[in-house]
Amino acid sequence: MIRLDKLNKSFGDLKVLNDISITFEAGKTNLIIGQSGSGKTVLLKSIIGLHEVDNGSIFYDDRDFTALNHKGKKEIRKEMGMVFQGGALFDSFNVEENVRFPLDMFSKMSEKEKNNRVSFCLDRVNIQNANHLYPSEISGGMQKRVAIARAIALNPKYLFCDEPNSGLDPVTAIVIDNLIQEITKEFNMTTIINTHDMNSVMEIGEKILFISKGYKAWEGTKDEIFNTENQALNDFVFASDLFKNIKKST
Amino acid sequence: MNLFEHVGKFSRFLILVLSKPEKGKLFFSQIVKEIHKLGINSIGIVVIISLFMGAVIALQTAYNLMNPLLPEYLVGYTTRESMILEFSSTIVGLILAGKVGSNIASEIGSMRVTEQIDALEIMGINSASYLILPKIVAAIFINPFLYVLSVFVGILGGLLASYLTSTVPLSDFIYGTQFGFIPYYITYSLVKTVVFAFIITAIPSYYGYYVKGGALEVGKASTKAVVNSSILILLANVILTQILLK
Repeated sequence: MIRLDKLNKSFGDLKVLNDISITFEAGKTNLIIGQSGSGKTVLLKSIIGLHEVDNGSIFYDDRDFTALNHKGKKEIRKEMGMVFQGGALFDSFNVEENVRFPLDMFSKMSEKEKNNRVSFCLDRVNIQNANHLYPSEISGGMQKRVAIARAIALNPKYLFCDEPNSGLDPVTAIVIDNLIQEITKEFNMTTIINTHDMNSVMEIGEKILFISKGYKAWEGTKDEIFNTENQALNDFVFASDLFKNIKKST
Repeated sequence: MNLFEHVGKFSRFLILVLSKPEKGKLFFSQIVKEIHKLGINSIGIVVIISLFMGAVIALQTAYNLMNPLLPEYLVGYTTRESMILEFSSTIVGLILAGKVGSNIASEIGSMRVTEQIDALEIMGINSASYLILPKIVAAIFINPFLYVLSVFVGILGGLLASYLTSTVPLSDFIYGTQFGFIPYYITYSLVKTVVFAFIITAIPSYYGYYVKGGALEVGKASTKAVVNSSILILLANVILTQILLK
């Protein structure tokens, strides 16, 4: 479980996050949605500690991340897995080495155990016969799946995904979404996904936080979205004719 | 950003870089890789440039010192002194600042803009230390070998040029390379080489590490890294010469 309590963040005079409070539950796919520039990437990067917040608290299972020193934060970070928008695979490592890297850095496993873990993670994301290929030699969808395999290598308690299906075709995007949801359930992780893909919202949005102009504008489930009176959310979610028609039909 | 802000930011950067590596075994394997990448892969350019510079120094000295009052062995002596004192440390340092510096700045800059550095940080890894410390240690280790190689190849170039153009008898040139040898000059140049190795790796790493934006900014950072590390090498050269040869 990750709980945010009155989170604020500014860059100079520009206030990007204003009093954001919410609880993201374990075993659920929690989505942060909002327009470009609404502050969702800053929020995600603040939660994982890439940005220092101005004030407010971030609790990882009752451990106050914002109050911890560098060593304490480092320990919590070992429990995190992150899937970046572009995959962020290490160019100089092949697929297998990318997944193996967190194990080499932090686990006390034997070589055999590491090999088994790498195979398990790659099998779990349906990557076969690509162990020795480099990131530049595989497709965008495969890169995302390898990034997920790397993120789960250390069996994290918290999984963060920044626009995991951006730049992917609709079929591959759904595969990635479902994969993230399956993994979340299977390992009972607290997963937070940053997205503006409405297909993802409708597919896996078990808990949704809608951010508008740096404020928390709405929270609920994908089913509640259809009945919301929140104008900003309606304008955002039902912007396309396709989704307008879906709403009408419900 | 003004000079003082850069100095402050660079100091904080160095504190990050010089912290204890996460895993000793991994750190040493990275050093070996970097020695290969930064040092072994530079042998070719160092040999070619040193050979031709040694040859040119010998020929220019020979043509400018055509005087019956001056002994011919001065050509060998001048070639040796030029290579030991200045060329093999400073000029090779400047060449490596271009070759290695742009490589480091663009490599680390690309990692920054593609979020690979963020990925390391999320894992709880000190990315600055993990990525940059092996480069600095590797360059400090391997560059003195490149320096020694450059001196030998440069003198060989001078000797070949003198012999092939018949400007100086071979025996005179060899005598000149042994004449009035001061071993401390080697120490002085090795100290310079080590300082330059630090500049060649740390400055481009700094520019690459803090790059913001995309490919265009990575290119700009790479250019800045080469220009500023070259200026710092020249500045350090003056300061070290004043301190060490006083």
